[in-house]
Amino acid sequence: MVAGRFVGQSVLRREDPRLVSGHGRYVDDVRVPGMVHAAFVRSHVARARIAALDVAAAERLPGVRAVYTARDLEPLIVGPLGATMYLSAPIPSPVALASGDVRYPGQPVALVLADSRYLAEDACELVRLDYDVATPVMDMETAAESEILVHPERGSNVVSQSRRWDDDLELAIRGAPYVVTRTFRQPRQSHTPMEPHGVVASWDRFDGELRIWCTSQRVHEVRATMGRVTGIPEQRIHVVQRDVGGAFGQKGAMRPEEIAVVLAACKAGVAVKWVEDRHENLVAGGHARSDRIAVTMGLDHEGGIIGAELDHLEDAGAYPSLGSVGGLVAMMFPGAYRMGGVNWSTRAVFTNSCGRAPYRGPWNIESLAREQIMDAAAREMGLDPVELRRRNVIARTDMPFTNASGMTYADIDPAAVLAETLRRFDYPEFLEEQSEQRGGGRRIGVGVSLFVEPTALGTGTMLGTEAAHVKVSLAGKVTVALGTSSHGQSIATTMAQIAADELGVDIEDVSVVDGETDITPIGGGTGGSRSGVIGGGATHRAAGHVRDKVLRVAAELMEAAPEDLETDRGRIQVRGTPTRSVSLAQVAHAAYVDTKLLPAGVEPGLEALVRYSTPAITFANACHICVVEILPSGQVEILRYVVVEDCGAMINPMVVHGQISGGVVQGIGGALYERFCYDEDGNPLTTTFMDYLIPTSTEVPFIEISHLNSPARGPGGYKGVGEGGAIGAVPAVRNAISDALGADVTDGVRPCDLFESTPLAGGSSR
Amino acid sequence: MHDGPGELSVTVEVNGQLIHGRVEPRLTLADWLRDDCLLTGTHLGCEHGVCGSCTVLLDDRAVRSCLLLCAQADRCSVTTVEGLASGPDELSPVQRAFMECHGLQCGFCTPGFVVSVTAFLAANPAPTDDEIAEALSGNLCRCTGYQGIIAAVRRAAEHMAEARGEVS
Ligand code: FES
Ligand code: FES
Repeated sequence: MVAGRFVGQSVLRREDPRLVSGHGRYVDDVRVPGMVHAAFVRSHVARARIAALDVAAAERLPGVRAVYTARDLEPLIVGPLGATMYLSAPIPSPVALASGDVRYPGQPVALVLADSRYLAEDACELVRLDYDVATPVMDMETAAESEILVHPERGSNVVSQSRRWDDDLELAIRGAPYVVTRTFRQPRQSHTPMEPHGVVASWDRFDGELRIWCTSQRVHEVRATMGRVTGIPEQRIHVVQRDVGGAFGQKGAMRPEEIAVVLAACKAGVAVKWVEDRHENLVAGGHARSDRIAVTMGLDHEGGIIGAELDHLEDAGAYPSLGSVGGLVAMMFPGAYRMGGVNWSTRAVFTNSCGRAPYRGPWNIESLAREQIMDAAAREMGLDPVELRRRNVIARTDMPFTNASGMTYADIDPAAVLAETLRRFDYPEFLEEQSEQRGGGRRIGVGVSLFVEPTALGTGTMLGTEAAHVKVSLAGKVTVALGTSSHGQSIATTMAQIAADELGVDIEDVSVVDGETDITPIGGGTGGSRSGVIGGGATHRAAGHVRDKVLRVAAELMEAAPEDLETDRGRIQVRGTPTRSVSLAQVAHAAYVDTKLLPAGVEPGLEALVRYSTPAITFANACHICVVEILPSGQVEILRYVVVEDCGAMINPMVVHGQISGGVVQGIGGALYERFCYDEDGNPLTTTFMDYLIPTSTEVPFIEISHLNSPARGPGGYKGVGEGGAIGAVPAVRNAISDALGADVTDGVRPCDLFESTPLAGGSSR
Repeated sequence: MHDGPGELSVTVEVNGQLIHGRVEPRLTLADWLRDDCLLTGTHLGCEHGVCGSCTVLLDDRAVRSCLLLCAQADRCSVTTVEGLASGPDELSPVQRAFMECHGLQCGFCTPGFVVSVTAFLAANPAPTDDEIAEALSGNLCRCTGYQGIIAAVRRAAEHMAEARGEVS
């Protein structure tokens, strides 16, 4: 690759001027003539039969246009509501509005359309909803054996399960010199993008055109879903989104509410807007984590890992939007270490709770469990946890490396990443300090987490490819249309950097278009740390195709050989003789207008649409070190946080830093603050930001980030970086607290846990 | 909006312009700004006073417009994120600093932060790091991990000191 003028630089974001000045366009900012507003009547209980649903009083309220229940919307539905990717997963199709019974708290039951949101909510209060309340399934541990079924028609509360077990390995583990067993849990979390879900839909019955403005990770998925659900031909469905206020996985599939709103717009024949409020988002917008894993690890006298056994259990809620993550948990468990083997059994179960939606590293419990049990094992062996890692870590020289679960890694160097992290952190010096301060009575601990991150997953699904359409205009300006889009990832900036370098033009001369189904190639959107790798790869390739053609045409115009030409700032010149040059506009003129100037065999036009498909997985790798102090009040203060990340070549280091920082702080939230709770009857307890705590500026440390670069093989050498921060931070923080307390932290801890009890409400599993 | 007999008339100076309106008593200031004044830069992230996305200046004090009724702003002056810069093609020093320091990703929380920081730096032009963290703690951001935001506050303070002719 040519060293870039823009790639590799912290180019400031072109998204920012509008966003910092209040001129972004989020879904709630969309206004369509004649638009009415929707609000939902929702179930207040986890499980019940609907005994009576009476909407008459609501319908009579002035300003109310319509009140719809399942009976009204069901006739419009001709296909399943789930995400395209998971249609074959063993999960039930979501229902737009509940009919007959309700299966989780907050499940939508009726929908009001009114002249304002205020009136719509007034009318919701007038809907009479009576239930025969039934005992819900709330405990994932007993769900599989429960007589009560979340989905009676399925005959079981088990979503899916998998098992790979080798009895000889079990014997070897159980007979090992050191056998360490722990059970780790992570609390149920909410993704809490600051912008909740929402949609505006308008159905033009005369033209047969459905227009949707949304907040989503993938506009093409919205179109595919609504085409399937309504039977409206896909080419007549136009989906647009501009700015999206965060998603983190929660906006990967359409919510049942969003689908209901689109259906309501079709039925009512008016434009309808619905924007979820925070209470709705916390209770019913999609949940995450809520899994546990029991691990037994056997080690030899030197600390070599003989093998590990895993038992993973995942609470999928009532209507998960993805299949189980158990398989990936098992495949990634060995992480950056050599192990003799892994036995596993995994199971996902339904409960009468909000469904699981993918959240930034949905399989993250593998890293949490592995990195925590490494520390526990080191403590039992009387070894330094870092030393135990050193003895087992794999290095670049091991590549390609097939881990003990059967996953083959390439292009990573965890040994180097670990060493660099320790160097930056100055581990020996810290240990000295720590022992001094402990002598003075301070409870200070350090936690390390080292992990391998599978990025840009998805060959064989809609996420396996991405396309870019690069066009040069007559004036020599460049437009890149992408099937993927951004919900904060700076795609308009980073993809312009790539195209500008490939074509040798100024970045101001490149525009990026995304988030609009009519004018962008089909694409899988942003999620799974894929847009830099696959969208970036597509942009590279498409711009590269155009560049090759530019050079051929320019060579003809200048009577030179294409190999002798170079591009710079919109001009194509003979290398070493900048006076012999043509502009990109002149080349475009030949390509579009004066086509007789084109060399023989070259088609007119100056554009390319290229679809790029990655290898199955692009592996990234990172190491986090965290130092905490447990204050006498029980508060955990993070004193230092160091990250070394190897995400290959960086398109924009500023953006990469931002992704890591944001992820780390979400991980800190998961380790220390966030926990969505139900009581035994299934009543949600943490329904506002007063009860569901996400980190604020006073809880976060300064995060020291640095990089190594083991490039991937794809164009540009990029690897994904979106999820790693959130994966690595949870074990780093929990290991540090465990070190400070001298006891295993096996669950998330909130300030109140350390405050109220000693030493830990999460408790040791022993 | 439906006309009701109980409507109140209000006059509010919004970003330097006097706006007259008739509003339902229960209409929040945030909804009035967004829906009636079409100033959609003021965002709603919780509507219960925690996230700070809806922060505006009410007579130069940072307030949460989701917790105020429009009627409470009658005969007051309100500055929203759209009204902070000195001209339509300008960014304010705080806005510029957010851009320079990658203080935003999705940008949804940003107007609230920018307005809060503007009020904060007006009261405390040379804050310490602890004061910055404290001042930001009433605004939630889910994307940035606050790193870029904290850097942006420092940078904005520098910009403003330079503009006042102080050496930074
Ligand atoms: S919307 Fe006002 S504080 Fe959250
Ligand atoms: S930038 Fe997305 S919430 Fe702050």
